[in-house]
Amino acid sequence: MSAPVTQMKAPTRLEYLVHAGATTTTFLHSILKGQLVGRRCPVCHKVYIPPRGACPTCAVLCTDEVPVSNSGTVTTFSIVRIPFEGQRLTPPYACAHIVLDGADVPLLHIVGGCSVDEVRVGMRVEAVWLEIPQPTLATVTWFKPNGEPDRAVNDRGEVVP
Amino acid sequence: MIPTAVIGIGQTRHAAKRDDVSMPGLVREAALRALADAGLEFKDIDAVVMGKAPDMFEGVPNPELFLADALGAAGKPMFRVHTAGSVGGSTAVVAAHLVSSGIHKRVLCVAWEKQSESNAMWALSQTYPFQPPVTAGAGGYFAPVIRAYMSRTAAPEHVGWKVAVKDRLNALKNPYAHLQLPDISLETVKASPLLWDPIRYLETCPSSDGACAMVLSSDTAGVKNPAWVLGTSMRTEPLLFAGRDEVTPMAGQLASKDVCAEAGITPAQIDCAELYVPFSWYEPMWLENLGLAESGWRAVDRGDTEMTGKLPINASGGVLSSNPIGASGMLRFAEAALQVRGAAGAHQLDRARIAMGHAYGGGSQFFSTWLVGAEKP
Repeated sequence: MSAPVTQMKAPTRLEYLVHAGATTTTFLHSILKGQLVGRRCPVCHKVYIPPRGACPTCAVLCTDEVPVSNSGTVTTFSIVRIPFEGQRLTPPYACAHIVLDGADVPLLHIVGGCSVDEVRVGMRVEAVWLEIPQPTLATVTWFKPNGEPDRAVNDRGEVVP
Repeated sequence: MIPTAVIGIGQTRHAAKRDDVSMPGLVREAALRALADAGLEFKDIDAVVMGKAPDMFEGVPNPELFLADALGAAGKPMFRVHTAGSVGGSTAVVAAHLVSSGIHKRVLCVAWEKQSESNAMWALSQTYPFQPPVTAGAGGYFAPVIRAYMSRTAAPEHVGWKVAVKDRLNALKNPYAHLQLPDISLETVKASPLLWDPIRYLETCPSSDGACAMVLSSDTAGVKNPAWVLGTSMRTEPLLFAGRDEVTPMAGQLASKDVCAEAGITPAQIDCAELYVPFSWYEPMWLENLGLAESGWRAVDRGDTEMTGKLPINASGGVLSSNPIGASGMLRFAEAALQVRGAAGAHQLDRARIAMGHAYGGGSQFFSTWLVGAEKP
């Protein structure tokens, strides 16, 4: 009897076109000018960055544009030490939830410019930009420590004002 | 609602690679076992409901379409449920509703994943246009949430190690479980490498091929030990909104409150549970989220969740021992049913009159639960 065929390779490839939509288009234009601009919900007044066209809680359109700071606070983090397929950075690197000053939701981003062992909850960081901004959030390459004293983070992961 | 029961349960042997069967062969293995357990054949089934994780995990788009004939669905209603990692649980819930609403008498539900056919880690690590260029891998999303739980509760590190040991020792009593690690101990877990700090290698689930199937029916004539469905719930929340607490998502709290209300019981009346715990720390976190313990980590530390404890969790070995993603949720629901039927074999618990099955998926966004009992409601 011939050997069983247990597996064959059948690669799949997928390309797609993404339509940014009105809200993201405005956001990308602000990034080209070197600014982070979020949007505020007219009902709950929470500021979203990247901006949202509609508030996920109140289900109303968010039309108010609000500039958000380049600096923020690490509210929690992980250090990725495992290599895997599709990875873009060389481990170890720190992935952090960063709440920018003036925003109400965390941004998941990389903390660099320091040893991974220095990354901590409450750490103050600032965005590091590409010299020539591109219309993508990858224009902020990572966040680095900004030298300010740590901020307190409460039990709900919010930065204590 | 029409009283509905689980009358047949089947699962495959779970392994890193089931290259002895095709995908149709894998789902059929579980389905035929469930039918045999129920004393039925495909011709007795009125409808088939299937569930699996996102297609990228296997690289096969819309597999339900080509699996219909392997599952005897030709000429019958057949459809697929799609709620990320919670899908196995949601698939069972949908099947239960089709019966309890009176639409069908006997429904076969099947959930599976043949992860060896693609790379789930790759599928979970795609970046999307206009988003930060962050790829963190399967555990990368959950590790910061676990750190937040540890820091807000001041839970000691060894709590995660204890769950990792308990579930693997339980798996030694389950012949279907993928991981069989007889030498596991607190020391080996502690010494295993940090993958996504604070998560260690032995605190993570494996990647498995496997399937699970159940027959739900309103006709229990001649069935010796049906597991009665006492309540079901599915709840959802967005991935990101201001004030979201990822450590204890509102959707999870509601899925527990809702299922207990429907069954007319309090969480304290639950004898045992099968919770979706892909990383060890999710056991204490879900105990609190579901209202099963005031302090999840203290309950674990006291030994409450061991097979001999007052609320055994994952006597089957859980997701930490077998993780065919799409099937993992249904395995939780099926193992809960096995316990109340007294049919769990070597991992049978002494007192299991009411059991909870639980599953979650996405970024802790989709929750499904059911309560099953030995007594007809």
